[in-house]
Amino acid sequence: MAHRPVSSRRYRRLRRLKKIAIHLALILSILVIAMPVLYAILGSTQTTGEAYRYPPKLTPGKALIDNFRKAWNLGLGKMLGNTFLVATGVVIGKVILSILAGFAFVYFQFPGKDILFFLVLITLMFPLEVRIVSLFEFFQKLKLGNTYYALVLPFMASATGTYLFRQHFKSIPKELLDAARVDGAGPLRFLFQILLPISWNTVGALAAVMFVYAWNQYLWPLLIITTKEKQMIQVGLKMALQAEAGEIDWGMAMAATLLSIIPPLVVFFLLQERFMRGFALSREK
Amino acid sequence: MYKHKVLPFLLLLPALLILGLFLYYPQVDVFLLSLHRVALLGARKVFVGFDNYRNLFTSPEYLHSFTVTLIFVMGVVIPGLAISLGLAALANQKIRGARLYRTALIWPYALSPAAAGTIWFFLFSPVAGLVNYFLDQTFGIKPDWFGDKHLALFLITATAVWKNLGYNVIFYLAALQNIPKELLEAAQVDGAGAFRRFWKVTFPLLSPTTFFLLTMNMIYAFFETFPIVDIMTRGGPGDATNVLIYNLYRDGFRFFKTGLASAQSVVLFIFVVILTLIQFKALERRVHYGA
Repeated sequence: MAHRPVSSRRYRRLRRLKKIAIHLALILSILVIAMPVLYAILGSTQTTGEAYRYPPKLTPGKALIDNFRKAWNLGLGKMLGNTFLVATGVVIGKVILSILAGFAFVYFQFPGKDILFFLVLITLMFPLEVRIVSLFEFFQKLKLGNTYYALVLPFMASATGTYLFRQHFKSIPKELLDAARVDGAGPLRFLFQILLPISWNTVGALAAVMFVYAWNQYLWPLLIITTKEKQMIQVGLKMALQAEAGEIDWGMAMAATLLSIIPPLVVFFLLQERFMRGFALSREK
Repeated sequence: MYKHKVLPFLLLLPALLILGLFLYYPQVDVFLLSLHRVALLGARKVFVGFDNYRNLFTSPEYLHSFTVTLIFVMGVVIPGLAISLGLAALANQKIRGARLYRTALIWPYALSPAAAGTIWFFLFSPVAGLVNYFLDQTFGIKPDWFGDKHLALFLITATAVWKNLGYNVIFYLAALQNIPKELLEAAQVDGAGAFRRFWKVTFPLLSPTTFFLLTMNMIYAFFETFPIVDIMTRGGPGDATNVLIYNLYRDGFRFFKTGLASAQSVVLFIFVVILTLIQFKALERRVHYGA
């Protein structure tokens, strides 16, 4: 209060002006950020003829259903299912492996614990791309090229997940373990009957982040999956853009794009709070 | 804590098996491959020492790819973080509907780079695109986004920035909310204006987050932007957008020069190691100063 410089009415007016300016700036930013997607939605309603008209038609066309049908029939429908299957597999694998590893690191004393934890954590920093050549050869040698094993297995272990569960388990009061031991619960019973039921928030956070991550994979499926019937949705987008007689079917391509972004967006909006939590947790190193 | 001889190792076995087979083994293997000339899809290997590396660093194409990547990464990281910080600072104000605004700012995070690529490809396409129509109407120009070297590089940079805004805003918002109110109030009592408060109090306190995001955005720009390039420009026109990861893909999987591509993987790997070491060092320092 000591520093209120001018009369309180003028002060209030200034403050209101400032608030309006902030609202306007935010609305403008949101529109600019959303604009490409809004234009894609508009594009998905237009026929090829309308998309290639100049000046562009800035009102919705009538081809929406038609474009989605075309995209679906191009194989995108099948790819949606494929991607859902693979992403779910990756998420389940990651959650299970991370829980087991996190549990081992927090509740057990064993030789080599620090070095093992380091070996797991350090992998956080190494993207698949820096070993993609040899990984590709390895899967060919295993005769697992063009299979979903190739899409799921390399992604099953997770430094982020292990770290997340380690932090979560560490935050649980030690008394819980003591009480369980007094009751004669062994480690596995302690994990499944006591720890797991209070860990669903962490599971949700990891699952949400990992689902989007797995859903958005592009380069690895592009290389390792060689038949259209097994392909992932992101690679399908590239196919949808393949020009027919020099003309890209923009309406269909945009419908395909929207199909591909709906599932991760739904996950994002439903689990937004979990996302934040997952990120916040994974960040504290 | 439990003392058990085998159980902890059994619990760790699945994760270690996966990491060993699909991370550590290929990582060593790619280094070995980089010392060989590989023919017939891996059927024949000839040890050539560091020849692949020598060829790489004497190839004008690869050195050009290096330059392109440097410009691209700088263009993604610096404007990307600056814009994200601005947006986060705006969304952090105490106003009505703040939560709604936040959601509306960060949702593009869930979009894939491939989808970002197709959408921006459409937006900037010469005939069907909105941007050239707008530029034509207001300035009477129709830039050739995909035919001009500089414009193409600019376009994939802008697309990559847009796609990662949501991610960056999430972290900046979280960091802004953790700044102790007392510090800002104290600065205000001392007579510091909003701008000064931001630069002298908020910005330094955000530096751990900025540093973390710097690393993550560099990794993103180096590796995860591949779909944007593949969908929008395929490295072209000429080699104008041929970033390192795209060059690796081309050499390894289109021209089947496995040894050469492996050497490129190792170069990228070394880069990531350096980045990781810097990150760890910075974290150590933060711990020492207790901030």
